Amino acid sequence: MGLTGLFLVSFLVVHVGINACIFFNDNGETFNAAAHFMATNPIIRIMEIGLFLGLLLHVFQALTLTLENKKARPIAYAIVKGSANSSWYSRSMGILGSLLLLFLVVHLGNFWIGTKMAQFNGTINEHNTFDELREVFSKWYFVIIYLIGVFSLMYHLLHGFQSAFQTLGVNHKKYTPAIKKVGIWFSVIVCLLFAAMPITMFLGIIK
Amino acid sequence: MATSPKLDSKIPEGVLEQKWTKYRSTMPLINPANKRNLEVIVVGSGLAGASAAATLAELGYSVKVFCFQDSPRRAHSIAAQGGINASKNYQNDGDSIYRLFYETVKGGDYRAREANVHRLSEVSGNIIDQCVAQGVPFAREYGGLLSNRSFGGTQVQRTFYAAGQTGQQLLLGAYSALQRQVGMGKVSLYTRHEMLDIVNIEGKCRGIIARNLISGKLERYFGHAVLLCTGGYGNVFFLSTNAMGSNVTAAWKAHKRGAFFGNPCYTQIHPTCIPVSGEHQSKLTLMSESLRNDGRIWVPKRKEDAEAIRAGKLSPNSLKEDDRDYYLERRYPAFGNLVPRDVASRAAKERCDAGFGVNKTGQAVYLDFSYNMKFKYGKVEATIQGIENPSEKQLEDLGRAVIKEKYGNLFDMYEQITGVNPYQNPMQIYPAVHYTMGGLWVDYNLMTTVPGLYALGEANFSDHGANRLGASALMQGLADGYFVIPYTVGVYLSGEIRTKPIPTTHEAFEKAEQEVKARIEKLFAVNGTKPVDYFHRHLGKVMWEKCGMARNAADLKSAITDIQKIREEFWKDVRVTGKADEFNPELEKAGRVADFLELGELMCIDALHRNESCGGHFREEFQTEEGEAKRDDDNFTYVAAWEMKDVSNWELHKEELKYENIKIAQRSYK
Amino acid sequence: MGGNSEKTINVTLKVWRQRNANEKGKFENYEMKGVSTDMSFLEMFDVLNDRLITEGKDPIAFDHDCREGICGMCSMYINGQPHGPKQGVTTCQLHMRSFSDGDSIIVEPWRSAAFPVIKDLAVNRSAFDRIISAGGFISVNTGNAKDANNILIPKDAADKAFEAAACIGCGACVAACKNGSAMLFVSAKVSQLALLPQGQVEKQDRVLNMVKHMDEEGFGNCTNTGACEAECPKGISLENIARMNREYLGASFTQNK
Repeated sequence: MGLTGLFLVSFLVVHVGINACIFFNDNGETFNAAAHFMATNPIIRIMEIGLFLGLLLHVFQALTLTLENKKARPIAYAIVKGSANSSWYSRSMGILGSLLLLFLVVHLGNFWIGTKMAQFNGTINEHNTFDELREVFSKWYFVIIYLIGVFSLMYHLLHGFQSAFQTLGVNHKKYTPAIKKVGIWFSVIVCLLFAAMPITMFLGIIK
Repeated sequence: MATSPKLDSKIPEGVLEQKWTKYRSTMPLINPANKRNLEVIVVGSGLAGASAAATLAELGYSVKVFCFQDSPRRAHSIAAQGGINASKNYQNDGDSIYRLFYETVKGGDYRAREANVHRLSEVSGNIIDQCVAQGVPFAREYGGLLSNRSFGGTQVQRTFYAAGQTGQQLLLGAYSALQRQVGMGKVSLYTRHEMLDIVNIEGKCRGIIARNLISGKLERYFGHAVLLCTGGYGNVFFLSTNAMGSNVTAAWKAHKRGAFFGNPCYTQIHPTCIPVSGEHQSKLTLMSESLRNDGRIWVPKRKEDAEAIRAGKLSPNSLKEDDRDYYLERRYPAFGNLVPRDVASRAAKERCDAGFGVNKTGQAVYLDFSYNMKFKYGKVEATIQGIENPSEKQLEDLGRAVIKEKYGNLFDMYEQITGVNPYQNPMQIYPAVHYTMGGLWVDYNLMTTVPGLYALGEANFSDHGANRLGASALMQGLADGYFVIPYTVGVYLSGEIRTKPIPTTHEAFEKAEQEVKARIEKLFAVNGTKPVDYFHRHLGKVMWEKCGMARNAADLKSAITDIQKIREEFWKDVRVTGKADEFNPELEKAGRVADFLELGELMCIDALHRNESCGGHFREEFQTEEGEAKRDDDNFTYVAAWEMKDVSNWELHKEELKYENIKIAQRSYK
Repeated sequence: MGGNSEKTINVTLKVWRQRNANEKGKFENYEMKGVSTDMSFLEMFDVLNDRLITEGKDPIAFDHDCREGICGMCSMYINGQPHGPKQGVTTCQLHMRSFSDGDSIIVEPWRSAAFPVIKDLAVNRSAFDRIISAGGFISVNTGNAKDANNILIPKDAADKAFEAAACIGCGACVAACKNGSAMLFVSAKVSQLALLPQGQVEKQDRVLNMVKHMDEEGFGNCTNTGACEAECPKGISLENIARMNREYLGASFTQNK
């Protein structure tokens, strides 16, 4: 889980970087250029397959893990005081992950399918992702869905980031506090950046 | 006096220092192929049991281990705190095999066998080697070498330790060695099984009857030899530092089938336990003897102050240095707070009986760390940190950190139980029953008077005489299990290689099982009105008051009739709920208390017959002018081994103790 | 003596009752009046059991032995937490001063597929013993050891090994974990031996065998919530789990068998 998780994290860095291009507020020019590069570069196209495999593996691992864990406690406690010993989001990775997965379906439906169609139709050079963004984020319910998705991601990361290191055996007096800090900052900043896109576009700050 | 013909101690001839080595080198051996066909039953999985079982399996014997707990790791050896002695002389302070031997015999008030104690001292070093090889994480110095501390009754530093959890670490070492053999199929493990009888065939012990505590079924097991490693019987006092399940049942059943009981009245009362807090109390908690290294024991000098403290009108912290009576330092300047346990316990009782006790019951003294916190550790730390002219507050803070590192877990435990912070207030302590030096009589091979039946560790009487020194119980348990029984059991088993396993359908097994069954049915049949604990508490109170820290003939006589009465009442009015064929802790308890009710009587008989004071056995009629124990070496330099004839009827056999290497003297710690 | 404040409280106990492994269980309520706050939690159960016996009812079965927090036998899940609300203590060390007058206290057994209920609050934890048998040892027969001080061990390593070895095998980690994972228990033993020079020879086999056996016993997986560490009465650190993961990954990749 940790390894696939960290792999997916690396994708987030790229994704959030490209998203941030809208903040040039240049009518999506920089953004579209970056998006176009991502959609056409052959190396990226191969990596995309890797990404999907990584995601599938992550989901598959999560499912097996959950099933095994359910079996490990066939009779539930009448009362569990989880707050006394752990954070709610560390105990809710499955739910947060499922929310994320649902969000991904919507998200891919919004953007990825359009780009794919353009790739197949050979119209990728005319494809304007920024226009798509504007359209999607003009609808309030999409904005809400995206915000829910982004906050699920944030809490998923808040636990997942540092947890991945623990799983891989990295727990050190010197480095672990730093890893934990980086994890928190990473989760918050990345997710704020993600959240900024639908909000600013909905409010018309980015045009 | 002459030794009874029924007692052959089998001590090898020769010079003391060479007895064991020579004996070991000349004893008969068994070839590996034959060992596989020899079955050994080990009852109990504490230090003695686990180490014996693991080692015998390593040697190739087929071993079966039984314990009543849910895992061998729960045996009460786990609770030993302070440490384990070994004559390594790592500290270069003059220790040697002879010195450990001498101090143990002296500490036992000259009532232990020289040859056994010398052997114990000889193998003590091997124990440490073995444990370290197993990965037992003993405390270490910065250079990576093993660390030592001192304990009561000695003036050298020979105690190896792992914080305040030495027993735990040693037991887990032996347990892992045992589990390794279980994993290899050489040991069969029977947890949640309680031994309820031994089976003797043609004068030899050939097996046991055990109750599966989960299903309640009685089961029969054959063994060419049976090792009882079942611990001590301190729970006869109801309140003791023993675990709730610690019991005499296995040893007692063996006693009833012919194993003599040695020195039953020798009980160790540990000086530093948390005092009793109320009627509901189920057990007492020990505060390690190691605390006496840094804690000073005192009571107020003036009775008015003690009364004011008891009434809650005066805080001990506000009492001036001159108004405190550090009575151990006053009475025993050479050993101070580190006198042996029996001496420290009696001194506390003396002060409390004289009206200087400091809690609401008047049954407590102070164990105070503030002086050493400030002036021993605080000063050193201040020097290390280069603080000039530190204030008293600074010293206290610096010293507190050191104390915390050394004894943190014990301080936490104290606060947990009492609700009082021991860093700010002196601890309150009082003596409590802790260990029993008495036990099944065994010869030099650790065999009881029943051939093929052995007793190891606290279950036997052998090495501690009338008083055990701190950190010696762990040493003895592991010595017996790792380094003695693996050799000595061969002396007997080499004669058994032609004995085929006896089927458990044999009539002796049948008969023994029927008797066990009948006894269980009898317990249910009483169907009285009172729970088992009622009788146990009652028995404990009689034992503590009349056969405890101080005893006298009149009290002991009345205790014997008291106990007989309680026993009678028990068999008329006890109520055991549930059924025999199910998990039934009440039934387990009832069987154990029934045995305690017989043992208690024997302890009082033994205490009454021993017209002297020695070690933990203090008879008020026999004391020096200063109130110290007064032995009668002319008449009592013997082991009292009791043979059970019938209910309330025992025959005394004496084993004379010969001191050929040590000159017997009045024990002095002044 | 005990606490200087002698107080009594009334509490309501809701206790899991189950006759044996095969029958279904249910909760039963017991009113406890005038409980001294100096009493330990288990002493309150003693009082309750004596009452039940006198009333001719079946007393509550629960595991306990040393009653000083070291044997690891006691095992009650109290108000949603193993060993109750106080950190760093076992059930037997929990005292009634940790509760208030009028409290309702729910008591359940450890719940884990690997720890089947024997009766009421007593469970079978022999899975732990079997995991130790799979590799939680150093293979050294009695008599083979060299002089103890021939092995130098840095104090830090010895201290860390000791901290890991302080585990009492009570199973609170499994009980606390939402996945019923035994990683803290297993990693404590793996760590203790991995930290010491004596443990190096067998370290690869040890971790692989112990983890394999842990999985076979039906424990769940670790998702690093940290509940085990927070509830461990002996403060065994999550660092041990990371160390075991490290040992395991290393052994998996490099073992050549």
